[in-house]
Amino acid sequence: MTVTAVRKDPQSLTMTLEAEFDASAERVWQLWADPRQLERWWGPPTYPATFTKHDLAPGGRAEYHMTGPDGDQPRGYWNIVETDPPHRLIVKDGFANDDGTPNDDMPHNEFRVTIDEVEGGRTRMSIENIFPSAEAMEQLIAMGMEDGLTQAVGQIDAILADGAVGAARES
Amino acid sequence: MTDALYNRMVVRMQFAPADFDLAFGALSDATRRDIVRRAIDGEEGVAELAGHYPMSFAAVQKHVAILERAGLVTKQRIGRRKVVRTNLQGLLMARRLLDGYEELWRGRIDRMTQLVSENEEADR
Repeated sequence: MTVTAVRKDPQSLTMTLEAEFDASAERVWQLWADPRQLERWWGPPTYPATFTKHDLAPGGRAEYHMTGPDGDQPRGYWNIVETDPPHRLIVKDGFANDDGTPNDDMPHNEFRVTIDEVEGGRTRMSIENIFPSAEAMEQLIAMGMEDGLTQAVGQIDAILADGAVGAARES
Repeated sequence: MTDALYNRMVVRMQFAPADFDLAFGALSDATRRDIVRRAIDGEEGVAELAGHYPMSFAAVQKHVAILERAGLVTKQRIGRRKVVRTNLQGLLMARRLLDGYEELWRGRIDRMTQLVSENEEADR
């Protein structure tokens, strides 16, 4: 397991994942900087990504689509906010229409990547995801914390587990 | 759940930020969260729900409408009564969004690790 920490912080609307790799910072940076490598990890195996444009210079842009098992092709783009190879990359990740133009009806997500070498020739990468709204983040977290709701959710899990949902909804 | 199905769900979540905002906007209020909890039993109408809160019937009705629009509750007719019921699937989906987001990135990091180690072997 290379993910070493996950933090969810409602105050700053962030979820941060930290991971360590047995490789140099330069090697980890290449995962982002080389579009052919990026394509091998950005999309899940069932939705591989294809980057048709990839310019990580500050103010630059990357465009991609993912291809689903039914041939559906959701599109997205990155606007590059900040780049400092091989240590820092800040991206606004947006959704695109079928013709590749930004879909402004959808909110942006932002993620900030930090890559630093640590002892033993290893490299730590942190990815900070910034959520689109305070409500989104706070409630995501509050839902898991609030006692009443946690109980309710436990109840839901139990119902789903014994497959009684359909029956319960019919009655 | 199979990996493939799970991955598809994660992708769908990634590409459905509008629903994301709707669901979590609806859950951003303590009264509405309490309504969702009570409505799991699905035995009360809006008027009965309103009895639990120090606010007007109209205010509670408005909260229910917001939850309904977000797909978190539905109104169902039982005989002559109309009861508010939590949409369990909608609620579960909302609850899984954050975990899904985490899973999305964990999957990416696993694939990154794989790539880095393949590369190392090729260099040997």
